[in-house]
Formats: sequence, C-alpha cells, structure tokens
Amino acid sequence: MSTTVTDATPSIQMEEFEYDNKIVRNFAIACVVYGLIGVLVGVLIAFQLAYPVLNFDLSYTTFGRLRPLHTNAVVFAFVGNGFFMGMYYSAPRILKASMWSKKLSYFNFWGWQAIILAAAITLPLGLTTSKEYAELEWPIDIAIAIVWVAAMINLLMTMVHRRSEHIYAAIWFYIASFITVAMLHVVNSLALPISLFKSYSIYAGVQDALVQWWYGHNAVAFFLTTPYLGLMYYFLPKAANRPIYSYRLSIVHFWALIFLYIWAGPHHLLYNSLPDWAQTLGVVFSIMLIAPSWGGMINGLFTLRGAWDKVREDVVLKFMVVALTAYGMATFEGPMLSLKSVNAISHFTDWTIAHVHVGALGWNGFLTFGILYWLIPRIYNTDLHSQKLANFHFWIGTLGIIFYAVPMY
Amino acid sequence: MSALFVLIGLSLLAALGFLGAFIWSVRKGQFDDDYTPSIRILFDDTIQKPPSEETPEPSLKRPGN
Repeated sequence: MSTTVTDATPSIQMEEFEYDNKIVRNFAIACVVYGLIGVLVGVLIAFQLAYPVLNFDLSYTTFGRLRPLHTNAVVFAFVGNGFFMGMYYSAPRILKASMWSKKLSYFNFWGWQAIILAAAITLPLGLTTSKEYAELEWPIDIAIAIVWVAAMINLLMTMVHRRSEHIYAAIWFYIASFITVAMLHVVNSLALPISLFKSYSIYAGVQDALVQWWYGHNAVAFFLTTPYLGLMYYFLPKAANRPIYSYRLSIVHFWALIFLYIWAGPHHLLYNSLPDWAQTLGVVFSIMLIAPSWGGMINGLFTLRGAWDKVREDVVLKFMVVALTAYGMATFEGPMLSLKSVNAISHFTDWTIAHVHVGALGWNGFLTFGILYWLIPRIYNTDLHSQKLANFHFWIGTLGIIFYAVPMY
Repeated sequence: MSALFVLIGLSLLAALGFLGAFIWSVRKGQFDDDYTPSIRILFDDTIQKPPSEETPEPSLKRPGN
C-alpha cells in the first residue's frame, strides 16, 4: 500500500508522488523477527555461562560461536533493519520525494536479509575472521559493502531530487552514518583470502588491533548511535506532535559529534603496546564526546517539557523517554570507562557487558520499540491490538534492563 | 605503527569531507532558518482521498522555502 501525496505549489499545479510503505513494512517485520531471535540467542548464551551443559557438547552451539551470532543478530539484523525501516519511512517524507530507486530499495532489503542469513549459517560453522563485530568472512564482507553503498546511493539520490530546500537534521545523521560505516567497514575488512571462507587480515599485531577498534568503536558510533539519533530527530517530534526542543542544538551537536566520534577508538586498547599518545588521544576524545552526546539526549528530553502528561498516557513516548535516558547514561558511562584509572578496574569485568546492554537494549531497543508502536498502526492503517500489552511490554522491558544492568555493576 | 598514520589520514580525510559538506550547507543557507524546519516535518502533506472542489487542500509548504 502506498499513500498518495500532493505537493501544493503557488501555481496551483499539484504534483503527485507516492511513499512506498511496503518497504517500510518489510524492514519492520525483519526488525521484529531478528529482534526476537537476537535476544533469545542472548538468553541462551547467558545461561550457557551458568550451565555449561547448555553448550550441548556440539561445536556449533558453543558459547564462542553463538556469542558473535547474538551480537551480529542484535546489531546488524535488529538495529540494522530498524534503521532501514525508519529511514525508508522518514527520508521520503522529510525530502518530499519518493525514494530515488525502488529497485535499490528492494535490493537493499533482500541483500541485507541474505547477508544476515549467511551470517546465521557461517558463524555457528565456526567461519570467522575473529574480529569483534566484523566476524563475517570476506565474501560476506564484500556483499555488505555493496548493499550498504547501494542504500547510500539511494538516499543520496533521493536527496538530490528532493522537493524541500532544507535538509532536516535527521537526513544529515543518516548520510554521515552511511559514509562513515562504508569507510570503516572496508578498511577494517581488508584481508588476504586464501580460500572461499578463510582470509587473513592485511594488518598484523597491534596494528590489526588498532584498525579493529577504530572500526569497532565507530560501529557503536555510526551504526548504533548516529542513525538512531537521526530516527530520534524524526520520530520523537512526530510522536509528541511538537517540534524538537532546539533545532539549532541539533545542528550544533550533529557537527560536533561527527568531528569527534571517529577519534575515540583507541580507548579500547588501554595499557597495551599501542603508543601512549594514541591511547591518550582516544581517552581525550571520549571525554569530549560527553558534550555532543548529552546535547542529543537533552534535546530529546526537553522536547517533552510541558508535555509530561502526554508521556504518562502514550506508550510510544514512554519507550522514547527511557531510550533517551539510557542513551544519556551510556554516553556518560562510556567516557568514564575510557579513563585509564577507571578502566584498570573495570576492564575484564561484567561492567562492560552491562554498559553495552544499557546502550543496545535501552537506547537502540527501546527507541526501536517506540518507533514500531508508532509506525505499525500507521503503515497498516489500523489500531494497536492492545495498549495494555504495550504498557506491559514497556514495564517488563524497563525493569528487565534495570535488573540486568544493576547487579553487573 | 604505519596503520596508525593510515587511520589518522583516513579519519582526517573523512573529517575534511564533512567539513566540505558543512561549508557547502552553510553557503547554501541550510542553517539560515534554525526554527521552522523543526515544525515543517510535523506536516506530511498527505491526503487520503482526492481533494474536493469546495475544500481545496491547504498549502503547507511552498517550494524554495
């Protein structure tokens, strides 16, 4: 289904174009399905830590192989599909234009799902580069690059053919995410293939570690953070039906975030053979990141000033408020954990795991749920099946995250 | 540590690219109006049925704004 849209011009000549809601639905369904699979695998591997018998004495189902399956499912399948869902809904509406190429949209969808399927098969088989968040072997890496760049071209060309002069902040966030992830992914995945499913990284030793965490930290920055900030800047004002608290702040914190984020990677390599100045550089930039990160959180939360009565009623806003709060917590905790003296204590403890789950479950998960509850009734032109169930989801989810994270601290 | 300098080079290249985008957007006047864009996205200009003769669709935006 698609909605007909008119573009009123002073010359009374109405230009009509369509928004493709089907691609949004496809990504929404994929997002929900992989969200479920991702957390179920997470629960299983958590139990494996306590009950080793749950490894089932099979190499395919050991913790070491299922753990990357869990992270890949959550990051690239759940959040990835969630980002595409929100982007294919918001970008045409912001830019007042259909997506440039329907073919590329669907190539993006099916290509991404094929990559996820390939990951779900190869990871349990033990085919891995052993690089965290970049475990997939070289043929899949090439596919990721092609599908990602195809989606980027689709967005950029839609932007070129836009009908609104101004490019809303959300689009800037999307574009920055596409460009940076493309660069990080390609540089980190450079490898020498020796067979179809085995390759060796072209970097060695600490150089490999540095490239890996330059990528790894920015996977958090430009895959889990900036795309979702873009979604927040579109869906939060929509859900609250009021403009963002300060549009000026959104512009300032966007550019600040973009210029600072890419230098924070070395904080993953404290106290090792990486030159000291590079470690310190990573820490300094991590601390500086508090400002633009909190800029985003404050902008989101202040949008709801004077509307907290709405938040009490509306489950969508409730999810988004918790998401923003989790984002604020994770982006304060992150810089603290990057301090050498704090890291000396926290490294190799469960604190790190609690930290990433406040980010992934709290920020990405809850923002996704908020958007889903807002979006699904609209693109299916129906009402939510049960508000009560959605409220139950909200409370059990919020309590779940608290009960998950607090004991690990 | 040659990889270190490769990464610094690439990061600077990306930063320069974004700087270019920033300068372009400032020159294009993208940030001249830092208020109304936030309100404009609240309107979708969507109609569910064809507009009737008596009640023409309100013009929510004009191109070039």
